[in-house]
Amino acid sequence: MLEIKNLHVKLEEDDKVILKGVDLTVEAGKVHAIMGPNGSGKSTLSYVLSGRDGYEVTDGSATLDGEELLDMEPEERAAAGLFLAFQYPVEIPGVGNMTFLRTAVNAQRKARGEEEMSAGEFLKVVREKAKQLKIDAEMMKRPVNVGFSGGEKKRNEILQMAMLEPKMCILDETDSGLDVDAMKLVADGVNALRDEGRAFLVITHYQRLLDHIKPDVVHIMADGRIVKTGGPELALEVEHNGYAGILAEVL
Amino acid sequence: MGNVVELDVEDQIEVREGVDRETIETVQAMAGKYKHGWETEIETEYAPKGLNEDIVRLISDKNGEPEWMLEWRLAAYRRWLTMEEPRWAMLNYPEIDYQDQYYYAKPKSMGAKPKSLDEVDPKLLATYEKLGIPLKEQMLLAGVEGADEPRKVAVDAVFDSVSVGTTFKEELKKAGVIFCAISEAIREYPELVKKYLGSVVPQSDNFFATLNSAVFSDGSFVYIPEGVRCPMELSTYFRINAENTGQFERTLIVAEKGSYVSYLEGCTAPKRDTHQLHAAVVEIVILEDAEVKYSTVQNWYPGDEEGKGGIYNFVTKRADCRGARSKVMWTQVETGSAITWKYPSCILRGDDSQGEFYSIAIANNAQQADTGTKMIHLGKNTKSRIVSKGISAGRAQNTYRGLVTMHPKATNSRNYTQCDSLLIGDKCGAHTVPYIEVKNNSSRVEHEATTSKVDDDQLFYCRSRGMDEEEAVALVVNGFCKEVLQALPMEFAMEAQSLVAISLEGSVG
Repeated sequence: MLEIKNLHVKLEEDDKVILKGVDLTVEAGKVHAIMGPNGSGKSTLSYVLSGRDGYEVTDGSATLDGEELLDMEPEERAAAGLFLAFQYPVEIPGVGNMTFLRTAVNAQRKARGEEEMSAGEFLKVVREKAKQLKIDAEMMKRPVNVGFSGGEKKRNEILQMAMLEPKMCILDETDSGLDVDAMKLVADGVNALRDEGRAFLVITHYQRLLDHIKPDVVHIMADGRIVKTGGPELALEVEHNGYAGILAEVL
Repeated sequence: MGNVVELDVEDQIEVREGVDRETIETVQAMAGKYKHGWETEIETEYAPKGLNEDIVRLISDKNGEPEWMLEWRLAAYRRWLTMEEPRWAMLNYPEIDYQDQYYYAKPKSMGAKPKSLDEVDPKLLATYEKLGIPLKEQMLLAGVEGADEPRKVAVDAVFDSVSVGTTFKEELKKAGVIFCAISEAIREYPELVKKYLGSVVPQSDNFFATLNSAVFSDGSFVYIPEGVRCPMELSTYFRINAENTGQFERTLIVAEKGSYVSYLEGCTAPKRDTHQLHAAVVEIVILEDAEVKYSTVQNWYPGDEEGKGGIYNFVTKRADCRGARSKVMWTQVETGSAITWKYPSCILRGDDSQGEFYSIAIANNAQQADTGTKMIHLGKNTKSRIVSKGISAGRAQNTYRGLVTMHPKATNSRNYTQCDSLLIGDKCGAHTVPYIEVKNNSSRVEHEATTSKVDDDQLFYCRSRGMDEEEAVALVVNGFCKEVLQALPMEFAMEAQSLVAISLEGSVG
C-alpha cells in the first residue's frame, strides 16, 4: 500500500539533512510501528508524507497504491486516502469541531467526485463514532482543539480518522501526553478501524502503546534511516535494553 | 476625584517570512472579485459641478423643501467653509478637490416622481434585481438551513442622489411605522424631522457631517411609534452609479418609548478609475425602553490592486440612547471602499442604557480602513460592549480607533472591549488605538487586544484533512470573525459570509 524508496529529505531553511535514505513498505491490513530516539527523523517522515511545507525532498519516492504522493498537494494526499494523526493537533479558534469535521468530510467527497453527505446523515454517523471514543455533544460544539485536554485532542484525531475512513493512517506519537486510561480509549478506537483494506504506521518512542495496538512489524529508526526491522519482540527489546544497545549493535 | 487613562497602543506587526505565497495569492484573488462593479446605463441629470450656495439651493429646490430646511442647509454650508478636513486618522490619500465633484445626480426618468413602483424606470428596477435587492414586495427566502419561515424585509432603494422607491409602505403604515425617503419625510412629516434632525449629529459636528448637512440629497427616515415592535426588518440599499458624483445620504431613525426595530444597510458602486466621495450621516434617537439594531454590510468598490479608483467613505453614525433602559446595537461588516473613516458611536445618556458595537473590517490590496467606535457613558449603570475584528491583507492598513468615556455621573458603568487583528501576508499593517477616559471611581473598563496571523500550521491542518487552500483560509477567517457574524441578522450574515469568502458549511452541531 505505502511504498517509500530511498527517501532523502532536508530542511528548506538551513539545508540540514534529516532523512538519509528511508526504505519502507507497508502492506494493506498491516500495522507497522516505527520506534527511535529523539531526533531520528520519525516526525519528519510523517510530515513529508502528508505534505507539510518546509522540507525539500532531494531524492527518492513515496507512493500510495502506486500513486506518487510527493507530487500531490496535502489535500490531494488526504483525498487519496492518507491520514496523519498529529502529535500536536492544531487549535482553530471560532470554528466548531462539528463544522470542521463536516467541511473535511465533504471536501474529500467532492475531490473524489462523490456526493456530499447530508446534514442528517452526517450527524447520525458522527454521533455513533463519537460515542465509541467517549466524545460528547458538548465537545463537538467547542472550537477545534481549543481548550481540549491532551486526551481530548488525541481522541478527536481518532474521531477524524474514523470519519474520513483513510486507507493509510499515520499516528505520530499519539501516545504522548496520555494517561493509561486515555491511551486505552485511543487504542480501542484505532483497533476498531483495523481492517484488511487499511494499513497503519504507528510512530512512538515507547513500547507501551504497542501493548494496546499490536504491531505486525517494528522498525527502529536512527539518524534518518531505518536501521533494524523485526517482529513485535523488537519493541520489547527496546523496552528492556533502550535504544543504545540496539544502535551499538547496528552501527 | 477622577482619573484619565489615555492609551495609545500601536502595534504594527511585521509578519515573519514563510507565509505561503499561494495563501496570499488566494486571498488576494478572493478579495479581487468585486461582483457589483458594473454600471447602469441610464440618462442622468446633474447639478453643475462644484459646491456653492446655489448648489445647496438647487438641491433643496429639487427636493421641494420648505424654507426652514433650506436655511438649515445654508447654515451648515457656511459653517463648513470655516472648517478643515480632519487628518488625524491613519489614512493616506491625496487632497480631495471639493469643487471637482457633482453634488447632485439623478436618473432623468425620476424627474416626474413615480407614484408607485410600477412607474419606476425598468432600468432601475433591473439594477436592483441584478444586485439581488427585492424591490417588489416579495418574501425574502433566507435559504439557510433551519430557516423555515420566509421573512419580509422592507427596502428603501437610493440610487445616486434620490430614493427610487420604498416597499411594504402600506403594511408598515398599518402598524404606525413610517419608513420613507427622507426627502419625502421633510415634506410630509416636517414636525418630526424638525424635532430630531441634527439632534444627534449637529450640523457643526465635524467636517464631513457638516458637508453632508449642507448637500444631503436623500436617504431614509424611520419612525417607530411608542410600544410598536416593527413587524419586519427595514433596509436601505445605497447604490452610487453616476461618475464623479458624491453620495451624501442622511438617515434618521426615531424609536419611541418601548419600540423595537432592526435596520439593515447595504452599499455598492461600479468600478471606476477615479475616486468617489461618500459622506453619509446616520442619526438614531432611542427613547425609554426602546431598542434599535443597525447592521451594515459596506461593499463599496474598493479600487483595484494598485489602489486606482474606489470610494472614499467618510461616515458619521451616532445613536443617542436618550431614554432609560434604551439599547442600541451596531453591527458592521466593512469590506469595501478605498478609504474608510467611520466610527459608529453610542451616547449612553439614559440610566441603564446599553450600547454594543460589533465590527469586521477587511482591508486588502491598497485599501485603508480607520474605523472603530465611541462609547460615551453619561447615565448611571450604563453598559457597553465592543468587539472588533480587523483583517488585513496585501498592502492594506487597518486601524481600530476607539474611545470609551465614563463621565462623572455615569456611576457603576461598565465597558468591555475586545479588539482582534488578523494579518495575512507580510506587507500589511494592523493598528489599535484605544482611548479610555474614566472620570468616576465606580465604573469598570476592560480592554483586551490580540494580533495574530493566519497560521501556516492551521492551514496545513485543514489541508491535511482534505480542504483546499481557499476553503482552509475561509474556515480560519470565519472562525476569527464568528462573534460578529453571529450578531448579524440571518440574511445579512449570509451576504457577509460570502463576502468574507466563507463557506457556511452549516454548523450542524
